[in-house]
Amino acid sequence: MMGTETNPVGEAIAVGARTEAAAAMHTAEHAVPVKRIVPPGRWFSWNLKELADYRELLYFLVWREIKVRYKQTLIGAGWAILQPVATMAVFSLFFGRLAKIPSGGLPYPLFFYLALLPWTYFAGALTGATNSVVENQRVITKVYFPRVLLPLSSVISGLVDFAIAFVLLIGMAVYYRVTPGPWLALLPVFLLLAVLTAFGAGLWLAGLNALYRDVRYVVPFLVQFWLFASPVAYPSSLVPARWRALYGLNPMAGVIDGFRWAVTGENPPSAGLLAVSAAAVVVMLAAGLWFFRRMEATVADVV
Amino acid sequence: MTTAAIRVEGLGKRFRLGERERYVALRDVLARAVKAPFRRRANGNGHALGASHIWALRGVSFDVKEGDTIGIVGRNGAGKSTLLKILAGITLPTEGSAEVRGRVGSLLEVGTGFHPELTGRENIYFSGSILGMKRREIDRKFDEIVAFSGVETFLDTPLKHYSSGMQLRLAFSVAAHLEPEVLLVDEVLAVGDLEFQKKCLGKMEEVTRGGRTVLFVSHNMGAIRRICTRGVWLDRGEVRMTGTAAECVDAYAASVEALETGNGVFDLGLRTDRTGDGRVRMRQLRVMGSAGSPSGTFEFCEPLRFEFDLEAHEVVRACFLGLMINAADGAELVSSCHTDSAEVRELKPGERRSLICDFDQNVLRPGTYSIQASVLDVATWEFCDWFHSIGIFSIDPGTGRFGRVPDGRPGYVQPLLRWHWK
Repeated sequence: MMGTETNPVGEAIAVGARTEAAAAMHTAEHAVPVKRIVPPGRWFSWNLKELADYRELLYFLVWREIKVRYKQTLIGAGWAILQPVATMAVFSLFFGRLAKIPSGGLPYPLFFYLALLPWTYFAGALTGATNSVVENQRVITKVYFPRVLLPLSSVISGLVDFAIAFVLLIGMAVYYRVTPGPWLALLPVFLLLAVLTAFGAGLWLAGLNALYRDVRYVVPFLVQFWLFASPVAYPSSLVPARWRALYGLNPMAGVIDGFRWAVTGENPPSAGLLAVSAAAVVVMLAAGLWFFRRMEATVADVV
Repeated sequence: MTTAAIRVEGLGKRFRLGERERYVALRDVLARAVKAPFRRRANGNGHALGASHIWALRGVSFDVKEGDTIGIVGRNGAGKSTLLKILAGITLPTEGSAEVRGRVGSLLEVGTGFHPELTGRENIYFSGSILGMKRREIDRKFDEIVAFSGVETFLDTPLKHYSSGMQLRLAFSVAAHLEPEVLLVDEVLAVGDLEFQKKCLGKMEEVTRGGRTVLFVSHNMGAIRRICTRGVWLDRGEVRMTGTAAECVDAYAASVEALETGNGVFDLGLRTDRTGDGRVRMRQLRVMGSAGSPSGTFEFCEPLRFEFDLEAHEVVRACFLGLMINAADGAELVSSCHTDSAEVRELKPGERRSLICDFDQNVLRPGTYSIQASVLDVATWEFCDWFHSIGIFSIDPGTGRFGRVPDGRPGYVQPLLRWHWK
């Protein structure tokens, strides 16, 4: 195996030692993973076992994002509250006091904050996910890990800010003497809807941004447009009944209506709207996963 | 009983030449789509359809047995890094297949995953995780990693406050403690100072002795000979040869030797294949023989003169130049510090000076040699400019004009030793 070398005895010993070491390694381990590398096909399956193997990396990605976000900041986690509170104040003044939009009986600050809480999360998660692949271009081109962890970690790290801003919601609910009914238990469901929407849309945008660099300039406009297409600054009851189902194609409509209802017990959202929202999320997520997987194969070549 | 740790069959990777652009905008793609039918007609002269593609790898097949250390050699652009990237799973091939048994660790750069805002400790965890280590593993090896890198006192300072040398040492330390079954290493020995390189090389040898399968890409032929058992020579995307590491290195080196030697004048001002902080730079190197004019070829025993033109861009308190002459197979034959017979010098910004080296005792045997040179500021021991390979010159047997004619004996050098009977 070694060919003619000048020290056959020494080489033989070295080879023996190496093989022994390799054998020892083998018995010490569990099954050795075998990876088969082939050109990308048309349909892509998701290797769930692999994703489970990488769950620690997901934790570290989220941890890193949160650490970096708050390092060297002046008010640290305060930023998580500042944005929704400031927007709430502006909306309360202009859409509430001045424009006097119907708030379904809720005090304006509460009305807006209930919508801004999930909305701020969504906008942040979506923007973060869009940039996640490109920002990590150095790492993507040097080491392998399931790329989907990148937009996923953005979507998850946004939940930390959400949790901080949620504390303020509790304070506001107490202040306005809101007594939530049993519907409060549905709040996590609506939050999950928001997470999945951000993830589904984020997969698309992350992939597109990696391929075409001008996409990230479109995203602020997209988010702005999405804000007004969602019942943040106005109630969805403003939308005429016959359009409401179509309106529900925006999953965030279902999320925000659901948030307002779950916490206050008032103004239950129309079932049709909720159903359409849920279906829209499923489609967006499935399409996003397919697109991202397809792009993942060659992203390292173009990013 | 050794099974194939890696089996590569007919692997091919094709790149669209446009893909190499750094930034593609959606509007450009749309514009291109509109113009496409017109462009094909204009390109009719000599351009085949599909000339915009390049095969970085084609028909690559080889096996790697468990525990082998394979050195992959070849010119720049031969496809070595692409091959490693495919085996690491970073990009997918266009055709063919590969099978890899075992966890794969990729050391394709030093400092993967490092973030300047995180502390050294945090970076160890994140980098280790992204390279494939589990948290428990990192906990277990944490002290070793820190000890190897030597950054104990700075563990809790953000990485951005580290010197580049410290960052490098920490990054390599994390990567060196990876324990995958298959390790892919790409040119990581090309960075850092000499001590760091020696440390890396030592650690690499340790790793290969541990029974791991290693694929090692490098231009450092000496390292390949030292560490690797077998070799693969890639040339323009195809496997030119497989065999023992020594065989491949020799064959590759011989092919390089067949290239033109040049004329002895090396303009270095615009070259980018250098490292160093650039405070002082080499502008030109002239290699001259007895005639006093630059040449690419000299005769056996002809005295040589190396003239380095240096230009300082900032203050350099103690300028030092090291010259090395390597044989075609990478062996480091001659190394000389200018301080052996001259003094260090302080250089002011904008100052231009020439440093001249007379190689009177030229005993290099006929062959091709490459020149390596580095300029340091020895007040701080920092590299200012370093070329791994400035260029080559060759020595011909000659006509005995300078005293001797070489014969067919082996060896790199042929000094005239004094023998006498007793």
